[in-house]
Amino acid sequence: MPSRACLRGGSRREPAIASARHPAFPAGSPVGEGVARPSALRLASGRGRYTDDQTLPRMVHLAFVRSPMAHARIRGIDIAAALAFPGVVRVVTGADIATVCKPMQVTLAHLPQHVSAEQWPIAIAEIAFQGEPVAAVVARSRREAEDAAELVAVDWEELPAVVDPIAALAAGSPMVHSSLGSNLAFSARFENGEVDRAFAAAAAVVEHRFDFGRVACVALESRAIIADYDPTERSLLVRQSHQSPHLMQTMFARHLGLAEHRVRVIAGDVGGAFGSKLHVYGDEIATAAIAVLLGRPVKFTADRLEAFQSDAQAREFLATGRLAADRDGRILAIDVDLVSGIGGYSIYPRSSLGDGLQAATFLGAAYDIAAFRSQLRVAYQNKVPSGALRGVGQPISCSIVEQLIDLAAGALDIDPAEMRRRNYLRQGQFPATSKGGLKMTELSLVPCLDRILELMDYRCLRQQQSELREAGIHRGIGFATFLEQTAPGAGLYGPGGLPITSQDSCIIRFEPSGTVRCEIGCSDQGQGTLTGIAQIVAATLGIPLDDVAVSAGDSAGAQGGGAWASRGLAISGEAAHAAARQLRRNLLTVAAAVLQGNLEDLDIRDRLIVDVADGRERLSLARVCEIAYYCQDLLPPEVTPELSATSHFTPRTDPYFIANGIQACHLEIDAETGWIKLLDHWIVDDCGHVINPLLVDDQLRGGIVQGLGAALFERCVYDEQGQQLTATMADYLVPMAAEMPDITIAHVLTPQPGTALGIKGVGEAGTIGATAAVWCAVNDALRPFGVRVGRQPFSPEVILTALGVIPTPPVVDPVNPNDEEGDMQ
Amino acid sequence: MKAPNFAYLRATDLPGALAALDSYGTGARILAGGQSLMPALNFRLDVPEVLIDINGVAALTGIEIQGDVIRIGALTRHAELEASAVIAAEAPLLAAAVRHVAHPAIRNRGTIGGSLSLADPAAELPACMVALEAELVLASSAGSRTIGAAAFFRGLFETDRRPNEILVEVRVKRQTPNRRHGFAELSRRHGDFAVVGIACQADVADAKVAALRLVVFGSESFPRVASHAAAAAQGRVLSRALRDDIVAALLEDLDPSDNLQGGAATKRQWAQILAGRVVAQITAA
Repeated sequence: MPSRACLRGGSRREPAIASARHPAFPAGSPVGEGVARPSALRLASGRGRYTDDQTLPRMVHLAFVRSPMAHARIRGIDIAAALAFPGVVRVVTGADIATVCKPMQVTLAHLPQHVSAEQWPIAIAEIAFQGEPVAAVVARSRREAEDAAELVAVDWEELPAVVDPIAALAAGSPMVHSSLGSNLAFSARFENGEVDRAFAAAAAVVEHRFDFGRVACVALESRAIIADYDPTERSLLVRQSHQSPHLMQTMFARHLGLAEHRVRVIAGDVGGAFGSKLHVYGDEIATAAIAVLLGRPVKFTADRLEAFQSDAQAREFLATGRLAADRDGRILAIDVDLVSGIGGYSIYPRSSLGDGLQAATFLGAAYDIAAFRSQLRVAYQNKVPSGALRGVGQPISCSIVEQLIDLAAGALDIDPAEMRRRNYLRQGQFPATSKGGLKMTELSLVPCLDRILELMDYRCLRQQQSELREAGIHRGIGFATFLEQTAPGAGLYGPGGLPITSQDSCIIRFEPSGTVRCEIGCSDQGQGTLTGIAQIVAATLGIPLDDVAVSAGDSAGAQGGGAWASRGLAISGEAAHAAARQLRRNLLTVAAAVLQGNLEDLDIRDRLIVDVADGRERLSLARVCEIAYYCQDLLPPEVTPELSATSHFTPRTDPYFIANGIQACHLEIDAETGWIKLLDHWIVDDCGHVINPLLVDDQLRGGIVQGLGAALFERCVYDEQGQQLTATMADYLVPMAAEMPDITIAHVLTPQPGTALGIKGVGEAGTIGATAAVWCAVNDALRPFGVRVGRQPFSPEVILTALGVIPTPPVVDPVNPNDEEGDMQ
Repeated sequence: MKAPNFAYLRATDLPGALAALDSYGTGARILAGGQSLMPALNFRLDVPEVLIDINGVAALTGIEIQGDVIRIGALTRHAELEASAVIAAEAPLLAAAVRHVAHPAIRNRGTIGGSLSLADPAAELPACMVALEAELVLASSAGSRTIGAAAFFRGLFETDRRPNEILVEVRVKRQTPNRRHGFAELSRRHGDFAVVGIACQADVADAKVAALRLVVFGSESFPRVASHAAAAAQGRVLSRALRDDIVAALLEDLDPSDNLQGGAATKRQWAQILAGRVVAQITAA
């Protein structure tokens, strides 16, 4: 056993943030405080108002008939028996939907080479994945709808399916969409610098193959929608568990031919999403279309099996990465080939290209690399369409590069932490643009590395590792330097011509009693973002936090993008701050008129109007509001009390805000069984100024757990016919508390320039780096055996196979059966 | 997912439950803890006509010592087994195993009778019953019969229980000074069904193995008695060498199936490693 215990963050349990007072706010303001979010009590008390909790008069329920096959043609549908079932109101086919609804088809104006097929909300002629809707049964109850759905008789003509993305791109593969003539959805090559020359001149060249299993989003609350259509007004009111109600308003209007101002989408409480509720799903559009057909409220709630069969999955990649380094460990070049499978359709309307584009272009952006090449091929296959998942393609690029750096460090006998330090972009090189095109204003790579080495007691840990190896205990340490693209501006979706706003608005007003209502354009899917908004508003206005009520998620309210891409506080926070500043000025204008003074001489502190100079109390805030609402006759006629304000924000000077940090994973492998035990996890994150450390640290922890899940447990497994074998929570293994390590968190602060609040996003940081840290730690633990793994998740069988304990490759390996054929290059 | 319609009968005594079973036959399901039955209904994997709820049948509850056996009522919850001083003292293998059954919320509802009657190959309690040579008492309106655990478990979710019978109690021999136990399982996550598990009882006299009952579950289609391993151990002194011989002999006993967690070769490796660990527990005891 080791001679001493390492500190591993255990003896230094100081708060993650040591008094990070925000310079824009006075001491004592709620900004920077770890305020518990009030919604947590409400939700934990069972008082959440999720979509499925709501029941409307005359409401009927939907159950979808979904394709049992992965690829088939519909020769006919017999609905007679289902229609005769007691309680059934109507049975709807794709052809019925087509009478009131336009089909979905992804087009990206800036990437015209991306080909995509038309997708009907309910399939009419052909289905491209198991679970695609082919009919919908409307009944008085969901149970009756499910009963009757079993009676819908579909005359199928099964077609050959293709599931492996490389097989899908091979000549002679079955076509997912014969109309496209190819399964190649997109391809691109990114090259910058003299890659081949760099490899030829390198002291060390390492190569590794990566098989990233497709993963599912698995939100606790499944997708749910209630659509209510009023034919007298041609108006549609939708309650929907969604990340982007404004996008859905536009989409329902466009697809159903309604006027946009007659469509209202309300996303009340949303029980998690992780990207899966960002898209436009056929079954949800169909629900609204059926409400139009019936003129009464229609509810559809996906059950867990449907969630696995229809929620966007993500991150199915096969990759080969190479890295060239000189004798001193300086990275000369990277060269990565990526093949991704995106399922049966490019997901509407964003497309399924985000994963691949981010994976291919973010590679190695934290490092000063002279030459860069990546090749991306994106394939259609007969699987559930893929979409956004926390971090999008960034966990892929991070895992590839971090693993390659570890291998190069090993080849050159350089410590992995030191190898990273030698290659980081340095202070003074910013603003910088990576070879893949990523624009970074200011990063804190070296300070983050220094901090994590100290936190984890790194030298001690390495010493302990080598001592334990002597005793037959195999531990691994893995680092992952990560970047996180947060808060993207209009450059992300604008050039594609998509109706997806990156701009959030804030509408704010004083109530007559002096309290504040605030509508905000981001939304909350469980992160507690609205508490952060309230903190900014309260601090800006000089009122207690409890005096601010924030609402969001209603397309009839403040316009905005919703919840995605770690944008909530970074974008809506700026809008709220600007609106609150304007409101403060408006209020002080009224106060100055009442007091017959100058507004510049007045301030609001703790619900009081005071003199700026000496803090002397002049008037209560409530009295000013009373006058503004009820006693305008006390004001001079030229002063109109405007106790409301609106402001908007989207990043303009930078295309997005790049946050950065580093994670480290410490784990132990049981070489007899292949089981991996996570021992410790550390993260040092730089998301700029922190409004609420509790919310930030919970985002980091939750994100890390999701990343650990992908590395160790999760994979959507399909057989060769495209049947999903992991469509229940018993077979699709999500990470659970008992397996999770303690997570130690620290922060480095680099404010985002060009903004009032200096905030960068934080929602995806944990996920992006955690998976990569496990890759590095597992292969570090395996180093004494001279073997390494390359297939997620690192199940016990994958470990035993790598160790040679199991003579043959895993029996169940439908994704990549011909691993050694090597047609990747 | 909603279950299709079914009738529901709440039995208040055993004769009433058995009479209901007689009238519905194979269309009936006994509802005890419901921890496997309810998901099966909601998945529509099982579409019974009627559920006969036996939770109100007081005669099926309780753990008590009767002479040289422990009587465990079929409605005994896993949590009760876990908390029972009688079980801890008189059937320590069960006490060790029950902590591996799923999670506390499931152990609060799930019952021993339900677990044994379902005969999930990955469940802990059937394997323990075989290792303990327990006797299972089955009642029907015609009377009751007793069957040894090893004969009761016949295959994948398949038992000797007839459609008109209810498993009413389990009878386990009390602990003796010579009796030792070992238990180990591998599951991907804490509380998951075992990928491979081993329940083991051994009678040891003068440091020699008088009888070894090593039962492999999870990887096999039913609790598999390792007869080759037992033969290798018979009459020998507990030692490192014996452990290696038991592990080697076990290979002859195994017939694992492939699934998502592992192929047959992997499961053989896991079973052998676990066997070594379980024998080490017995040796150290």
